[in-house]
Parts: sequence; structure tokens; C-alpha cells
Amino acid sequence: MTQTLAKPAPLAADERIGRRSPFQKLLGRPEVGALVGAIVLFVFFSVVSSTFIQPSSFATVLYGSSTIGIMAVGVSLLMIGGEFDLSTGVAVISSALTASMFAWYFSLNVWVGVALALVVSLTIGFINGWILVKTKLPSFIVTLATFLMLTGLNLALTRLISNGVSSPSIAQMEGFASARAVFASSVNIAGVEVKITVFFWIVLVAVASWVLLRTKVGNWIFASGGDANAARAVGVPVTKTKIGLFMAVGFCGWVLGMHNLFAFDSVQSGEGVGNEFLYIIAAVIGGCLLTGGYGSAVGGAIGAFIFGMANKGIVYAQWNPDWFKFFLGLMLLLATIVNLIVKRRAELK
Amino acid sequence: MNAKEIDQKTLLQNETDPLTHTPVHLLSLDKVGKNYGNIVALSDVTMAVDNGRVTCVLGDNGAGKSTLIKIIAGLHQHDHGVLKVMGEERKFTSPRDALDVGIATVYQDLAVVPLMPIWRNFFLGSELTSGFGPFKSLDVQKMKDITNHELAEMGIDLRDVEQPIGQLSGGERQCVAIARAVYFGAKVLILDEPTAALGVKQSGVVLRYILQARDRGLGVIFITHNPHHAFPVGDRFLLLKRGKSIGYYEKKDITLDELTAQMAGGAELAELAHELEQIGGHGDVVKEVKSEVAQTSGKSHS
Repeated sequence: MTQTLAKPAPLAADERIGRRSPFQKLLGRPEVGALVGAIVLFVFFSVVSSTFIQPSSFATVLYGSSTIGIMAVGVSLLMIGGEFDLSTGVAVISSALTASMFAWYFSLNVWVGVALALVVSLTIGFINGWILVKTKLPSFIVTLATFLMLTGLNLALTRLISNGVSSPSIAQMEGFASARAVFASSVNIAGVEVKITVFFWIVLVAVASWVLLRTKVGNWIFASGGDANAARAVGVPVTKTKIGLFMAVGFCGWVLGMHNLFAFDSVQSGEGVGNEFLYIIAAVIGGCLLTGGYGSAVGGAIGAFIFGMANKGIVYAQWNPDWFKFFLGLMLLLATIVNLIVKRRAELK
Repeated sequence: MNAKEIDQKTLLQNETDPLTHTPVHLLSLDKVGKNYGNIVALSDVTMAVDNGRVTCVLGDNGAGKSTLIKIIAGLHQHDHGVLKVMGEERKFTSPRDALDVGIATVYQDLAVVPLMPIWRNFFLGSELTSGFGPFKSLDVQKMKDITNHELAEMGIDLRDVEQPIGQLSGGERQCVAIARAVYFGAKVLILDEPTAALGVKQSGVVLRYILQARDRGLGVIFITHNPHHAFPVGDRFLLLKRGKSIGYYEKKDITLDELTAQMAGGAELAELAHELEQIGGHGDVVKEVKSEVAQTSGKSHS
């Protein structure tokens, strides 16, 4: 009882616990495996291909990474919160289709479509989360169902409204130029054109990291994924947290969907299928545990960067891109094994 | 058995709270019952919790202890009877409800999120923030300092509050959970089998914290199946069996041996001795059980 803070450094008090060096502390971070992988990959492609390290090709790599990375931010948070979402790939397209076809059909300013698309994306996320917490079904089943339904809706509604497999061009419509400037422009940095999605990506990662590590909500996300019962018992609003996470994924999908739309002027209704796995892979490679409770937004970003480097690096190295999928699978396996070891060590000391 | 039971009828009328000297209990249950479908999990349980008193709930597996605490902690709702907090009838719909009136529960298994750091677990659900509006952020340094301080107060000496709580021993985790409940101004502290998975020394440590919490004026509900842990710290003892109360005693009215006899069931011990005798070949065991029967029944009849 008389022990107070003034007690001299308790660091050496317990002989059973060894001190961890800063290096060991670094190894305990969730994203360290991915970081090592990213560095190895970067060095590797730099050596193999001389074009890879040129600023313009590096900007292309970053752009490729950002289109995965924007979604990986939401998906990482969701995975830390203990769930995952298979509907993300097609939900991106649903968002883009909503914006373009709504504005086109009613001849409105495209910004009205953009706003409606945001509502639709958030609603899809809300419905996913709401069904999940109400039925207590695994997120695999719930979001697989959403995935199938959205895939069907994308194709059927597009055919119904525009009588084709792609949304009609909205390039001549009011507000298109300004929307393109916001969602699909490039910024010139020292003579290199960097796509604006790269900055969206960086901002989203920064915001997500801040939320995760420095806000109440972040604490709740870790707790909901780590042990939902324990979290509920100490008063964490687990259901609200999970629904909110699905809506955050919806928001990320909206950002990417708007980019996809305004990078061109129409969207193919059958696109997006399979992309959901890329986002999940990026999060897992980045050190997020599939079972929840562990991971980081930065990890997901590094995962997306690895993906972008491998995707474009293989092209720059002038290899057959057939090897890409094999390589991706290998990365995923290695990353998951590293994560497993980390988790075991954290739980069993 | 001549231990004087607390009169179930007069208990709630005659007693006054030792701290406030008002005839209102901090928490009282009157004939509370709970059914799961057609299964009666708990029926007719009457008990009271007061400031600075430890109420022990004893019973074997399946006696209804868990159901009882789940009702008090707000995880389940009772179907019969009346639950009062400070004299006011309540029915909790969520753990948050119970927490808001100052009822904190330290669960045996789900007290903490193993992968999260100690300080995050300590403040989980009641985080401290600074700043305003959408820029409210966690006051990390303050929370770490408070965690360190509170744990040191409890005599737990941790190297690093940043380590995952899953790395602590069972006893340490219990202590963190108790320290957390005490810090957040719990009025009623429910401890669900805090000593069940612990060694002798660690159990002693946890029992000491129970007394500390009591001395700080908390009403403590201590759930256990071990009378040797309950008796030294308890002021009142509620014995449950098959979902029913089989006895409710003040400490002055009962001895440890009587409590043990009630818990173990003297009649069942005698039966065991008889069975073993019939099987044969267990001479010394039979002798031991018989002497135990004689001891417990002898003392409780003395």
C-alpha cells in the first residue's frame, strides 16, 4: 500500500522479466514484417530494372498502390475490428455507377450524383454492419451475400437504365470538369506528375492512424476485434463500432469509385469483382490479424505499396506478368505466417 | 446445524447501511428469479449488499452463481422478484446501465482484451480525452501515469504498462481489473471466482485486494466455491444450490467448518463413504472421509 510512484525505477525490480531492447520493441510492431518485405522488394526491383527507380515510373507505382491503398485503409480498420468485407470490390463500382447514372438520367449536375453516391456507399456499409450485428452471422456470409447482390444490381440496373454494359458518358455534363479536378487530377511535383489519389491515400492513412491510436474510437476498434465480449462488459458500444467500421469502408469505396468514374467518363458495370481480395491481402500483408484486435493503418498502406511495386515492377523488369499472381500468393503466405508468430508471442509471452 | 440463518423476511426491513445509517441497502435482491426457456436457473434469491461489507456467494458448479451475477451486472434480466439500487427498483438492460449506477464486475475470464496494452485495458470504455469537438484525442500520458500509479497503490509493480495485458499472470490480470473498478468509482464490486485459477500465494494477494476495496467503502460481492477463501474476508454468506438459496448467514453466526459442511453437503460425504466401503479396497480413504463426516457434522451440531 505504501508503494508510490516515487519508488525507484521498477525496471530492474523483477528478475523474471528481461529488458527489451529498442530493436526488439520494433520487431513487436504489427507492420514490421511488411516493412522488411517492402524494402527487400524495392531494392530487388531497383537492381533488376533501371526504369523502376526513375521518378516518373515511381509515381506510377505510387498511383497503382494508392488505388489499392485507399480501400486497404478502411479494410484494415475493419479487420482490426474483427470483421472483413467481401463486397468492397463491387461496392466501389456501385458507387461510381450511382453517381454517373443518376446524374445522367435526371440531367443533373454531376455533383448531385457524387453526393448521392456517398449516401449509397455509406448505406451499403451500414446495411452490412447492421445485418451482421443483428443476426450475429459471420461477416464472411453477410458480405458474400452483399457482394453477389451488388454484382447483380450493377449489371442489371446498368442494362435497365443505359441499355448497355457500361454507364453512359457524362463528360459533357455540368460539373464534370470540377469533379474531375477533385477526384482524378494530377499534381506536378518537381517535374513529376503525381496522381491526386496518392494524396487521398496519404491523408486517409494519417487520419486512420490517428483515430486508431489516439482516440476513444480507436480503442474501441481494437477491443471489439480483440474480445467483443470483454469490450461489451466494460461498456464499449461494440455494435456501433462495427457498423461504423463498415461505413468507413463504404466511405473509402466512394472515394475510389469517384476516382474510377472521373479518371474516364464512364464505368464498366461488370468491373470490381475480385478486387475485394486485393484489399484484404494488402491488410493481411500489412500485419492485420484476420481474427481481429491487432494491426495498423500504416501496415495496410505498406501492404498496398508492396502490391503496387510487385504489380508494376514485374512490368518494368520486362517479365511475364503471369508470375504476378504466384508472387502475390507467396507474399500472402509468408506475411500470414509472420503475423501468426507475432500473435502467439504476444499471447503466450 | 444450529447456525442462525438471516431471516429472509426481516433482512430487508431491519438492517441499516453501516456507512450511511439509512435503512436503504446499496443493492438488494428480493426473491429474484430467472428462467432460461423452461429451465429455472435461479429462484427466490434474497440478498443485500452494503457499503464496506463483503457478501460472499458460495455454491458448486451449476448452483446459479453465474446467473446471479449476470443479473446484477446487467448482462441478463431477471424474470421474477425485485432488484433495488439505493432503494430504487431497477432492471438493467445492458452492462453500461449497471456501470452507470456504480456496479462494476470483474469477470474471471473476460475481464480484459489480451492483445491490448495494460493502460488501454485499464481505461477501456472510459477513456480520458483532451481537446474538443472532432479533435478530441486520448490523453495518453495521463492515462499511463494513472495506470502506473493505481497499480502501484495496489502493490502491483509492473515494468511497462505498454505491454499487452495477455502477458500478465492470471492474478496480476485480476488485480488490474480490480484496480480499474476501484479507480472508476465503483460502489458495488462483483468478483466472479477471482481465485479459481490462482495458486495459493496469488489467491492471497487477490483476497487482500478484496479487503482493500472493502476498506475503501465499496460493497463487494465475492463469488467463489472455496469456503476457505470466502470465510476470512466475508461478512455475509449466501449459499446457493441448484438455483436456490440454501442459507444466508452473518459471519458471527457461522463457523468455517459449518460453512464447509454446508458447501460440501455432510449427507453427500456420508454417502460417498458408504459407497466406497461397498466397493472395498479403499480402507484408508473410507476412514478419511468418515472422519471428515464426523468432524463436520460434530462441529455443526455442537
